[in-house]
Amino acid sequence: MSNNTTSRQPLPSLTGGNEGGSAESLYTILVFSENLAGILNQVTAVFTRRQVNIESLNVCASSTPGVHKYTITCYCTEEMAKVLKAQIEKRIDVLQARYYTDDEIFLQETSLLKISAPAVMENPEVCRIVRRHGARIVEVNPTYAAVEKTGTTEDILSLYEALNSLGVVRQFARSGRICITRGTREELDEYLVEREKEKRTK
Amino acid sequence: MSDKIKGSEALMLALQAEGVKTIFGYPGGSIMPVYDALYDYTRGENKAFDHILVRHEQGATHAAEGFARVSGEVGVAIVTSGPGATNTLTGVADAMIDSTPIVVIAGQVPISALGTDAFQEVDLVGVAQPISKWSYQIRHAEDIAWAVSRAFYIARSGRPGPVVLDFAKNAQTEMVEFKAEKVDFVRSYVPYPELKMNHVQEAADLINSAKKPLALVGQGVELGNAQNELIAFLEKADIPAGRTMLGLCALPSDHPLNVGMLGMHGNYAVNLKEQECDVLIAIGMRFSDRVTGCLKTYAKQAKVIHLDIDKSEMNKNVRVTVPVVGDCKESLPAITALIHKADHSEWRASFKPLDEKERVKVIEPAIHPTEGPLLMGEVVNAVAEATKGDAVLVTDVGQNQLFATRYFRYPKRRSLCTSGGLGTMGYGMPAAIGATFGAPDRTVCCFMGDGGFQMCIEELGTIMEQQAPVKMILMNNNYLGNVRQWQDMFWNRRKSFTRMMNPCYELIAQGYGIPYEAVTDRKNLAAAVDKMLATRGPYILECAIREDDDVLPMTPPGKSIEEMQLSRNSEIS
Repeated sequence: MSNNTTSRQPLPSLTGGNEGGSAESLYTILVFSENLAGILNQVTAVFTRRQVNIESLNVCASSTPGVHKYTITCYCTEEMAKVLKAQIEKRIDVLQARYYTDDEIFLQETSLLKISAPAVMENPEVCRIVRRHGARIVEVNPTYAAVEKTGTTEDILSLYEALNSLGVVRQFARSGRICITRGTREELDEYLVEREKEKRTK
Repeated sequence: MSDKIKGSEALMLALQAEGVKTIFGYPGGSIMPVYDALYDYTRGENKAFDHILVRHEQGATHAAEGFARVSGEVGVAIVTSGPGATNTLTGVADAMIDSTPIVVIAGQVPISALGTDAFQEVDLVGVAQPISKWSYQIRHAEDIAWAVSRAFYIARSGRPGPVVLDFAKNAQTEMVEFKAEKVDFVRSYVPYPELKMNHVQEAADLINSAKKPLALVGQGVELGNAQNELIAFLEKADIPAGRTMLGLCALPSDHPLNVGMLGMHGNYAVNLKEQECDVLIAIGMRFSDRVTGCLKTYAKQAKVIHLDIDKSEMNKNVRVTVPVVGDCKESLPAITALIHKADHSEWRASFKPLDEKERVKVIEPAIHPTEGPLLMGEVVNAVAEATKGDAVLVTDVGQNQLFATRYFRYPKRRSLCTSGGLGTMGYGMPAAIGATFGAPDRTVCCFMGDGGFQMCIEELGTIMEQQAPVKMILMNNNYLGNVRQWQDMFWNRRKSFTRMMNPCYELIAQGYGIPYEAVTDRKNLAAAVDKMLATRGPYILECAIREDDDVLPMTPPGKSIEEMQLSRNSEIS
C-alpha cells in the first residue's frame, strides 16, 4: 500500500554501483501467462528469492481467452523491477511481464467494510463519512451495514481510517489493485500476433 | 481389436520418438508400470534402450548430466515417486544452474491419491519448479505424447536445462491411442530471440574503438556449437580470451588467443586484466560471483558487451553497455562481419609478465615438485600428459576440481564434466559413468577427493555392473581440502571438522572387483598412470596427497579480483 510507513532496509544494489535506479518506489508488475497449474507459485517465488515483498496481488482470467493476468505491486528500485520482469518472463509458461509506475496506468482498487448497524443508527457521522468519501452502502440489516468503496488505495484507506476512528468497523477487505495501461500499444496482443506468425512459418 | 496401449508403453514410444537410447534409472512402486514396459524395450527384437541401473537416484541425474555434457543430447533419468523423486533434486538443481539438458521422469501416486499424504507421495512439481526449467504433472495417458515432446523441446532448446515430468501411476496404466507429437513451438517461450542488428552494430563499434579488448568465453559457446564462429571473431579483431570453468572447451587450450581460466582460482593475468581492459566482451557466460569477485569493483573501467541467448542474464549481475541477445552461432558472425581487422599484440603481450609470474610462483611448483608428498597439480598434469588431450575430464567438487580444471588440457570439444554453479560434491563418479555412455569411444578420467568419492560411493556398484570404463583418480589428502584451505587462510587455521578418517579404498575396490593401485611416491606416478590407462574397464588410482596442498592463485571470497593472491599469505609478488 502506498501509505506504508514500515521502515525499509534499502535492497542491495544488483550491480554494486550507485549509478542511478537505486531509489525505491511503487511498481505495478503485470504478468500474462498460459492457464496451466502452478504458475502463480513460480511468479511469486521470483519475488521471494529477490527479497521483495508483494504489496498486493490480483489474479484472474484476462480479456484474451486462455490467458491469465496477474497484477502485482511492490516497492523496489527500477533496477530490481527490471530483474523481476526478466526472471518472471523466463518461466516457460509466462507470456509477458511488464512493470509500470502509477502515472503509466489507470488503477483502481475496491474495498468492503462491515459496519455495526446500531452504530450507524446512533451516530450520524458514520453516514456523513460514507457520503463524503463517495462510498455506497450496499446492504443494511439489523446487525450490520455493508459499505463498498472503489478508488485509489489512498481513498480507501482514508475512508477506513475515518470509520475506524469511530470504532464501528467490524471487517475490512481490499481487493488489491487492478489496472489497465495508459499506453496506446497493446503489447500482449502484439506478442501473440507475432508468435502466431512465427508458428505458421514453422 | 483396439490399438490402444498402456500409458507406460506410450512413454516408451514417446522417448523413442525423441531419439532417446540411454536411460539412467532406479525402479520403485509408483513407476513399476514403466519398468514393466522397459522390460520389453531393453531386450530382444524390441530393444530400444540401454537402461543403466544406478545405486541412488542422485546418481541417475548426475549420470544423465554427464551423458548430456559429452554427447550434446538430452540425458534421461527415470525414478520412482517420493524419496526417489526428491533424491534427484540435487541433480536437477545442478543441471539448472549449469544449463545441462536432462529430463527426469518420476513416478507419482495415482491422481485419486494426490494430496492425501499417500505412501511415497511428494509434491514433486511444487518442489522442482524453482530449480527446473519446466516441471509438469502427467495426470492422464493422453497427455503423454504432448508432455514428453514438450519436455525434450524445452530441455534442449535455447538455454538448455532440466525438465521434470511427474508421471501419475494411473496415467501409466490407462489405455491410450498413442500418436507421437513433435512439439517445436511453445507460444510463451522464445528459445532463440531475434538478434537486434542495432545492438550488433553498437557492439561492433565498441570493439572497433577498443584498445584493450578482452573476451570472456562461457559454456554458451559450446552449447551453441559456435566454437568456429568464436575463433573467427577473436582472430579477426585479435582479442585475447579467458574462459570460464564451464567454458574451457569453448576455445582450444592451445589457441594463441587463449589467456587462461577466469575466476577465483583461474589464471593470474586474465583476472588482473579484467580490471584493466577497456571493452569486455562476455560471450555465453553469466558473470558468476566466482568469476567476478566483488561486484562493486568488478571491471568498472570497462564498457561491457554481453552476448547471451538468455535475455534475463542482461544486467543481472553486471551493468551491460551493449546487450546482444541471441544465439551466439548467429550473433558472433554478425559482429565479426562488422569489425575491422585489428592488432592488439601489445595489449596481449602485457599478459605475458603476469603469466610468467604465475608460472614460476604457482604452476611450476604445483606440477613439477621435486620433494615432499605428491601434489594434486602434478597428478593432474601426469594424467593430462599421458592422455594427450584426448580424454574427457570429469571432476568432483573441491580442490580436485580446481586443480584438475587448471592443469588439464582441452583441445577437443565437449571434454569436460564438472559441477560449476552448484558445486555438488558427489557429482564426479556418477557424471563419469554418464560420460562413458555419452562418449563410449573416449577415455574418461574422473578426479575426486576423498570427500566427494564417498558422497556417491555407491555408484561403484553401477561401475562394477556396467564395467563402465571410468578411470578414477582418487586424490586422498585425508581432508575436506578446499574447506581446510579456507580455514587455514581465513579462519585462523581452526580446522573444524575437515579432517576425515578414511576407509581402506583398496579393500573397497576389491569388494567391487575394480582394479586398484596406490601411488605414494612421485617416481611411480607416470608408470601408474600409464597402467591405469592401459587397463580395460574401470580403475581406481589412489594418490596420497600432501595434506596442506593449497589451490592457488586465489581471490579471497568477497574481494576484488585484482587482489588475487599467488601464495597463501597476502603478498602479491
